[in-house]
Amino acid sequence: MVWDKNENMARADLEQLQMERLQSTLYRVATHVPFYRNKFSDLKIDGESFTSLSDLSKLPFTTKQDLRNNYPYGMFAVPLRDVVRIHSSSGTTGMATVVGYTKKDIDTWSNLVARILTAAGVGKEDVIQIAFGYGLFTGGFGLHYGAEKLGASVIPISAGNTRRQIQIMQDFKTTALVCTPSYALKMADVMMDLGINPNGLSLKYGLFGAEPWSEKMREEISERLGIIATDNYGLSEVMGPGVAGECQECNGLHVNEDHFLVEILDPETLEPVMAGEIGELVITTLTKEAFPVIRYRTRDLTRMIPAPCPCGRTLHRIQRIMGRTDDMLIIKGVNVFPTQIEAVLFDIEGTQPHYNLVVEREHNEDKVTVLVEVVESIFFDQMKKQRTMVDTIKKRLAAELGVGVNVKLVEERSLERYNGKSSRVIDKRQL
Amino acid sequence: MRVEQIAVFLENKSGRLAEITAILAENNINIRALSVADTADFGILRLIVDQVAEAEKALRANGFTVGKTTVIAVEVPDRTGGLATVLKCIEKEELNVEYMYAFVNKTGENAVLIFRFDEMDRAIESLQRDGFTILESKQIYSL
Repeated sequence: MVWDKNENMARADLEQLQMERLQSTLYRVATHVPFYRNKFSDLKIDGESFTSLSDLSKLPFTTKQDLRNNYPYGMFAVPLRDVVRIHSSSGTTGMATVVGYTKKDIDTWSNLVARILTAAGVGKEDVIQIAFGYGLFTGGFGLHYGAEKLGASVIPISAGNTRRQIQIMQDFKTTALVCTPSYALKMADVMMDLGINPNGLSLKYGLFGAEPWSEKMREEISERLGIIATDNYGLSEVMGPGVAGECQECNGLHVNEDHFLVEILDPETLEPVMAGEIGELVITTLTKEAFPVIRYRTRDLTRMIPAPCPCGRTLHRIQRIMGRTDDMLIIKGVNVFPTQIEAVLFDIEGTQPHYNLVVEREHNEDKVTVLVEVVESIFFDQMKKQRTMVDTIKKRLAAELGVGVNVKLVEERSLERYNGKSSRVIDKRQL
Repeated sequence: MRVEQIAVFLENKSGRLAEITAILAENNINIRALSVADTADFGILRLIVDQVAEAEKALRANGFTVGKTTVIAVEVPDRTGGLATVLKCIEKEELNVEYMYAFVNKTGENAVLIFRFDEMDRAIESLQRDGFTILESKQIYSL
């Protein structure tokens, strides 16, 4: 069962549609977004000379840093009065990315999320519990509007307060759960502690995303909660949730290719990989009005699944995301860059900080400890002042990252000095 | 009137304290008094030594984080009630004590109380007014 007929489009028709929409997007960004106008002019690109999708490789890339450099509204292609929604990533100026949506964008977004909900088995008779945080992150609102468009009964419970979540799941007879996969397992643990049998619940479907998860985790979730657990993918820079989602075959995420042109490129050479090989997912939006992006480097690693899907959708699938090409981490569903931690510590210490980031998973919950090397500027002979300092570091990191962390002071020069970025992070999770 | 005290950050690892005392010994530095304040995660070692600058240098050279602050050393007769009389004066004047520790003089007659006050000047003035002896730094170092 599909939500809209484009999901079954013949490939030739799809490519024709993509081409038209790409030309329209190129015109839009060249006219309204200085960043792209300048880039096109530097590279002597003329959108009107585009005749085939393979011309895509002539277009420049867009990176997260480009978006940060244009904080807050520099990349918007419409005047602010036409923007009806603004979302943002965590972080202060220099680290946050801001995205905008017109009324039509919201409608498109809602329809694309309705598509992935339908693919996952959810329909208007379902009761959906959305346990994603509602706020500047796109997860909560994205799934909410899509579920409403679908006509399902939406419980906008947001994240946290697990006991209450379970109570509501029982009382309101939730049939579909939306949250991070690790939170689903946490709920299963709490149910066990409370002596609640998940088989007694009305749960049938689960849509999980915002963090990477393994096939093993999927098996555990579907067994323990008695549901069909599907993966979905999105990122706010491109739209939010609804970029791609699994059908009930649970074997790859159908990409909404009539709205997003995807490429899988070698992260070093930026050339297309051989068909079916792993590479970096690069996305060009085809219908976004307020915030179109051209060849956005997601830094997510995946591969295309070339075989046709038994569900009948002609939209190609990508495999579950298998890693990153940069040092970004996902902790409790929130994107965290180690450089954010560095910026906060530098500000507090007044010198180049030395730290390690240890990430573990305890009882299905991500736990982060930032080990900070002590320096004189943050060392006090008075215990009260020293403990206040540790608290200050904790609070400021939580405010910057959007997720809580533990802080432990360690001796100077006790942490390994890193050469590359990756050795600051010790990720003990087996994802 | 004020005595310099060194503070050293201690991670909760065994052997750190032993290492610090070894480094001081190697450099012929004498510890006059010490105190450790600890939490589950870390400790703060406070030291009164006889060569402050040398101690700082030696400890820093070995990778320790060292801070320096001033404290007051009050002498009291070493008999029961000695500490109580000092604390009564402090309470009367509503002086806030950040921390304190004590040690006994070798000659056996007096005890020395090390105090860190919020208001150092007012503390010195009040204690002297009430007749307590505040030791000079060179007196401490040579005890």
